[in-house]
Amino acid sequence: MEAIGIGVWGVPLAVFAGAIRVSTPFIFVSLGEAITERSGRINLGLEGTLVFGAMTAYAVAVVTLSPWLGVLAAMAVGACFGIIHGFICKFPKVNDIAIGIAMMQFGLGLAFFLGKPFIQPAAPRLPAIAFGAWSDLPQIQAALNINVLFLVGAALALVFWWASRNTRVGLILRVVGDSSDAARAMGLNPDTVRLFATAAGGALAAIGGAYLSLYYPGSWNEGISSGQGLMAVALVIFARWNPIGCSLAALLFGGAGALGPALQSVGVTKGYYLFYAAPYVLTLVIMIATSSPTRSLAGAPGALSITK
Amino acid sequence: MTKLLHASPAISRRVFLQSSAAGAAVASLAPGLLLSPAAAQSALTVGFIYVGPKDDYGYNQAHAEGAAAIKALPGVTVVEEENVPETVDVQKTMESMINLDAAALLFPTSFGYFDPHMLEMAKKYPDLEFRHCGGLWQEGKHPGNTGSYFGYIGQGQYLNGIAAGYATKGKKIGFVAAKPIPQVLQNINSFLLGARSVDPTITCQVIFTGEWSLAVKEAEATNALIDQGADVVTCHVDSPKVVVETAAGRGTFICGYHANQSPLAPEKYLTGAEWAWGNVYTDFVKKARAGEKLGNFVRGGLKEGFVKMSPLGPAVSEEARRKFEATLAEMMGGGFSVFKGPIKDNKGNIVVSEGQSFPEDAIELESMAYLVEGVVGSTA
Repeated sequence: MEAIGIGVWGVPLAVFAGAIRVSTPFIFVSLGEAITERSGRINLGLEGTLVFGAMTAYAVAVVTLSPWLGVLAAMAVGACFGIIHGFICKFPKVNDIAIGIAMMQFGLGLAFFLGKPFIQPAAPRLPAIAFGAWSDLPQIQAALNINVLFLVGAALALVFWWASRNTRVGLILRVVGDSSDAARAMGLNPDTVRLFATAAGGALAAIGGAYLSLYYPGSWNEGISSGQGLMAVALVIFARWNPIGCSLAALLFGGAGALGPALQSVGVTKGYYLFYAAPYVLTLVIMIATSSPTRSLAGAPGALSITK
Repeated sequence: MTKLLHASPAISRRVFLQSSAAGAAVASLAPGLLLSPAAAQSALTVGFIYVGPKDDYGYNQAHAEGAAAIKALPGVTVVEEENVPETVDVQKTMESMINLDAAALLFPTSFGYFDPHMLEMAKKYPDLEFRHCGGLWQEGKHPGNTGSYFGYIGQGQYLNGIAAGYATKGKKIGFVAAKPIPQVLQNINSFLLGARSVDPTITCQVIFTGEWSLAVKEAEATNALIDQGADVVTCHVDSPKVVVETAAGRGTFICGYHANQSPLAPEKYLTGAEWAWGNVYTDFVKKARAGEKLGNFVRGGLKEGFVKMSPLGPAVSEEARRKFEATLAEMMGGGFSVFKGPIKDNKGNIVVSEGQSFPEDAIELESMAYLVEGVVGSTA
């Protein structure tokens, strides 16, 4: 590889590439949380599910030499975490938020404990598709090396967006989330629907974890997530529970996160701590700009159990 | 998040035991606490505390390899704990090592363990010995049963720089750094000066991530360096694994740090600056068992066996190997100075004047706050 710098063009390229590389876990966790919250339940434990999914995927990939089996195993354990959360939360007087935080700590602790022997071994990585093969520039080739899971996540967002409006399953999910009473009047059991929604949310969050450990940055250790699962939960509110909004918010967040290293690499070296705060500043600014003191959040599920 | 939730009320086991009716239990443990020469000669329990996992291909693994070396010594028991945050948690860990395992010599290895945590414990247990990795112990200011040890690894980064200087085609090398503290700045500067000893037109781009361990940001930083044309990369973060794997995945050469990372990228790994804590710990333990005084301010470099280099990788040219080995031999002879004037910083100020030179043990190097000319980056 002949090394050629690409100067300031590196910044937009890095933001673009970073948006794709960094956003995938955010997309999956926020989609999972959007489904869960659409059903009227909140799951703050997805950080734990994400990390446990990352550990499971890595461990299974090390043992079986198949990254895809790792992803499947992560989905299975993620669904289990979701089912535990959903099962406990259906009891009266149980607070979703407290259980979510407990489940997060449980997931983290268990992942650290079981993941101990897998910090050192190298796992096979998930494949990427080389969309940049047309270019002679190695930078563009690298930026356009797009992982399959990113494409799956983007496609899922579209499918969910469409399905929540146009299918019976989508309708059931929304009815349960907007009014438990109306759902019961229709003969639906809100607890069952929420259990499935929480399980699906857990499975999706765990895929996000698998992406972290098996593709980017592509290794398992205890600091692999550093709070991405929590940020993704916040992104759902930011995106107003809209699956496509979740993906866009995730992309924005990923791109803003790539800004700090990219600016330093072209010689804008002053104040990098400030640039590292860019994703959070951006979130705050958009939240403030789009909020209103006179009405509640548009699009919030009516039965969302923020308090019980 | 985890760290916040860990901050439970700090009732230590020691205090609990003292205040409870089980005072007798303390009394029965007490003989093990005293480091009388006779007791020390018979058996010694040594405690190691790590801030991260001990198999992280990095800082903690280097210490754990050192701990493994003294496990082999007869009569020595090693107790270890990983993932201990730099909070009151480390005090609890030390209390439990002292009271439950009868550890008489403790090595809390992470930078933030020193003040106030290790100092508190040292005051509470004046008969036990505490040694901390880092450069912070001062005569008169800190207790006599504490001390610091550290290695001059900057020379290792200079040797990394030599290997990098021969390997780079674009005359641009990269450094992923955690925080702009003197030890890190010295490594960055040494890496560039090593490369410039091969070709004075080489520049080094540095990216600070702001934290010791942030996997995604380290990967982003590595990619950003490579996108800007850096074709040899090294780092100073707690676990270089992500940087090494990301760089190797992009076809870039790597110089290692902390431990030997060549198994992660056998083709692309040039060499690496590694700690050799095994020698240091063995020395401490031998002295403790013989009842001799342990040093309070223990330092050494390549020559003293505190630091070593990874074996040269297959991509290192014959010419590079000769210069590398010649420089290494010069360093082993002692008195080698990486910082020889005149040196300017990257803002144009003279930081080492003509005729001045700082050998590795020069105190001036410990307060380094600049990046030398040729390093693209800023300390703030």
